[in-house]
Amino acid sequence: MKQNGNNGKPLNVVGKPFRKVDARAKCTGQTKFADDIFLPRMLYCKILRSHEPHALIKKIDVSKALALPGVISIITGKDLPIPYGILPVSQDEHALCIDKVRFIGDPVAAVAAIDEDGAFDAMNLIEVQYERLQTITSIEEGVMIDEPRIHEYGDGGNVHKKVSLEFGEVEDGFAEADLVREDTFFYEGNTHLPMEQHAAVAHFDSDEKLTLWSSTQTPHYVHRALTKVLEISASHIRVIATPNGGGFGGKSDPFNHEVIVSKLAMITGRPVKCTLTREEVFYCHRGRHPVLMHIKTGVKKDGAITAMHFKSFLDGGAYGSYGVASTFYTGALQTVTYEVPRYKFDGIRVFTNKPPCGPKRGHGTPQPRFGLEVQLDKIAEALSLDPVEIRRNHLVKPNSVTANYLRIGSMGLGACIDKVVERADWKNKFSWPVTEPRAVASGSETQLEWQDPLATARGSVTRKLPYGKGIGIACSSYICGAGLPIYWNNMPQSAVQLRLDRQGGVCVMCGSTDIGQGSDSILAYIVAEILGIDPFDIRVVTADTDLTPVDLGSYSSRVTLMTGNAAIQAAERARELLTIAVAEKLKVPIENISFAERRAFDVENPEVGVSFAEAVVLAESKFGTIGTVGSYTPPRSPGKYKGAGVGPSPAYSYSAAIAEVGVDADTGMVTVERIWIAHDVGKSINPVLVMGQVEGSVYMGLGEILMEEMSYRANRNVVHKIPSMLEYKSPTTMEMCDVKTFLIEDPDPNGPFGAKEVGQGPLLPVPPAVANAVYNAVGVRVDEVPITPEKVLKALREKSKGRDGRFGPESIPSVDWPEPLRVLTPDEGGDGREMPRVSVHS
Amino acid sequence: MNQKSHISFTLNGETAEVAFAPHKTLLEVLREDLALTGTKHGCELGECGTCTILVDGRSILSCLMLGLDAEGRRVTTIEGMAEGGRLHPLQDTFADLGAAQCGYCSPGFLLAAKELIDKLPNPSRDEIKEALSGNLCRCTGYIKIYEAVELAAARVRGEAMELPRESLYGCE
Repeated sequence: MKQNGNNGKPLNVVGKPFRKVDARAKCTGQTKFADDIFLPRMLYCKILRSHEPHALIKKIDVSKALALPGVISIITGKDLPIPYGILPVSQDEHALCIDKVRFIGDPVAAVAAIDEDGAFDAMNLIEVQYERLQTITSIEEGVMIDEPRIHEYGDGGNVHKKVSLEFGEVEDGFAEADLVREDTFFYEGNTHLPMEQHAAVAHFDSDEKLTLWSSTQTPHYVHRALTKVLEISASHIRVIATPNGGGFGGKSDPFNHEVIVSKLAMITGRPVKCTLTREEVFYCHRGRHPVLMHIKTGVKKDGAITAMHFKSFLDGGAYGSYGVASTFYTGALQTVTYEVPRYKFDGIRVFTNKPPCGPKRGHGTPQPRFGLEVQLDKIAEALSLDPVEIRRNHLVKPNSVTANYLRIGSMGLGACIDKVVERADWKNKFSWPVTEPRAVASGSETQLEWQDPLATARGSVTRKLPYGKGIGIACSSYICGAGLPIYWNNMPQSAVQLRLDRQGGVCVMCGSTDIGQGSDSILAYIVAEILGIDPFDIRVVTADTDLTPVDLGSYSSRVTLMTGNAAIQAAERARELLTIAVAEKLKVPIENISFAERRAFDVENPEVGVSFAEAVVLAESKFGTIGTVGSYTPPRSPGKYKGAGVGPSPAYSYSAAIAEVGVDADTGMVTVERIWIAHDVGKSINPVLVMGQVEGSVYMGLGEILMEEMSYRANRNVVHKIPSMLEYKSPTTMEMCDVKTFLIEDPDPNGPFGAKEVGQGPLLPVPPAVANAVYNAVGVRVDEVPITPEKVLKALREKSKGRDGRFGPESIPSVDWPEPLRVLTPDEGGDGREMPRVSVHS
Repeated sequence: MNQKSHISFTLNGETAEVAFAPHKTLLEVLREDLALTGTKHGCELGECGTCTILVDGRSILSCLMLGLDAEGRRVTTIEGMAEGGRLHPLQDTFADLGAAQCGYCSPGFLLAAKELIDKLPNPSRDEIKEALSGNLCRCTGYIKIYEAVELAAARVRGEAMELPRESLYGCE
């Protein structure tokens, strides 16, 4: 199969475990993060945040604060009246609240002072009078309570967004099914917890241009937001994304502190810095939405799905953020792993008086993936099928289009499953859980044996692992970049500019943002591969809206695929110019010229050639300065219905994970001993970096399933219980499990050299694999994330009383769903558009 | 209150003097008064290990130590880990194995790991986990960090250990 960038030559850089181009800086403390910037006469900013969860602002008095020596400026909402937000449909944030606060942590006023302590003291002297409003604290309340409204827009009351889509007649599918299961799941919210707190420094230059350095994953969107809110031309604003000390989606929105320091820099004429405290980072949040789910799935006896009806209820917190996209994402990717011929999705996102939720690694898809994979396990048991077989036998086919019009390219999930099943020794470990021992005679002694009550039907008599030890499997898939940009336009999503120096230096410029995943290095590797030079010969300049062409940012796992393709195009264009000049000089046909080892040479006579620097000189002599550009626009999606914008991607990555756990039935403690994970990355541009993403994803998924949660006091105040790193539990070295990583390479024609994403996808199978393993170990289902010891114990107690050994949500709120938008599936001859709505009375 | 305090101490092998507001932590003194921004902060409450430095060879959290208490002590920060242009073996292996992803926790991990292998030249995997359990990393899942420490320890012991294939390319 032809892949972008690969002309059949052996690869010298791509696929090799090179160091990252910034590795040395990161290991010597030289990398400059946003808070490492100190400028002469710089002021320090502190933001006063609301202590009320939902209240009208009646009065703000800054006089005492302003009188404090060293305080230079204080601003409030009236200084920044224009709203903004990441999505064009949710422009619902103000950098400083104007007349109302919506959660504890909402910004109200900001101080700039000559030192940080002074700014902090002044902040505490600002007096705010509030008039309290009733709080909305949960999904149920968001659905049920219409007044007071947190926002004056959305789909009525406190509902931000409500959607209903149906692909094919799901009722027909349920009628065909041999088994229909309905399950309810809950996935608690959690947060990114990047090690680096957000920080931003703004400076209004003497030429009246604003520069903002910020730890942001999306400098282009920050640039757009600043242009809008500050009412100055984009050409007078420069946004530089500093290397992010971890992002995971948490630095993808334009943030109030970025707007605030910019405004304060304009007012004071001095540089202004704001570094958030760890507590403030918890209020910034934009993390995983708490999602309540109800899944109805019909299957044939062999496990083939006939129809699925998925309902999701999202707790959005206080603002829109990416929430509309998040809502669609909770319904989009159910169809890309196993065949789902008919599919219906109902989704609702409500506003609550909590820190706003947004995109965290996997954006809106780990929650439904958890529900789907656990339900599939329950279905497999009900049908006496092996959980591996029910998955392996019904995989989506490569090069197909799903019922909801997602075009699948390469699909390596089968290979992923086969690899982990073999390496984990699944066949010798898995049996359906047997939790009642019986006494059996063994020679002269009597022993306890864990017998399966349906032993004959299942063909196994005893547990293969001892009680308390379990094994579970789950699979998943993720997009390699969103098919559509966040704001509607016809321009490329990614662009690369290349400049070749006559002494052989190469500079790659791209708007992409390195958040630790290695995107700067990917640019260097790809350009080096095509030009036949060493990646460390290359200077990479990224994430600077003045110097680099637009890349939309580090989100939706888009960077390697999109910047990679743009880099290939730019580099091939440069290589073409060099090839023409070198062929002319060497007097050989153009197709004979090849580039490797910093040389351009005749493939038929490799000693005849010139150095790379000489090749540039020849090309520059012939054509003038050598600079090329490349850009990438994703292919158009076959889906044309309203709502088809979320889910399409140039390619889909696939993962399969097996977890082996120990569960202590006395304490409820779950210990994950090992995870085997295989990830179909298409092609590793750099395998060691791919492994790092897989292992990091496993780690983050492990944190989510075992301990991480955003939790609030159970009173009306919606106070965050645990805004500190000590109390917000995340895995340390002592909790992290052993990981066996397998890289599967099923190249995708849309990927650079066949590459697909790896940054987010491998998180997805981990929570359900662990949940399934817990069931396998002790025979109880915790249909809720995280699986804490308390929940395991409650389920075990239920079971010991002869009841269903399950912990999880019992019901879902009653919602008046809109008439679904109906779309015929490709199999039904659909064209990707919705069917005309038919009046109920006609 | 506004009077600055003054200390002299050994910083990365060199004599240093610095004046600062007396309530400042050593972390703040290093970053703000000595411009050594390689030492990072993640919580400033002693919870994350990001600000780990070595004082008299022992790892400490610089956010929990007053600058004043550094008087006469021997302080090593990440800026002092390489010798001239030559990286410490830990820095090399962290770079080679991608043990530094975003790199924000890396200075703290590198110094905590240095303390470990200075004391214990051949640490087991469990000893590495124990020694690094006070440092949080959100990117790597710690695995590449363990591998980098093991490899560096071997090199410091003088064993010619290659980069393990499984760590670079995944399991077979």
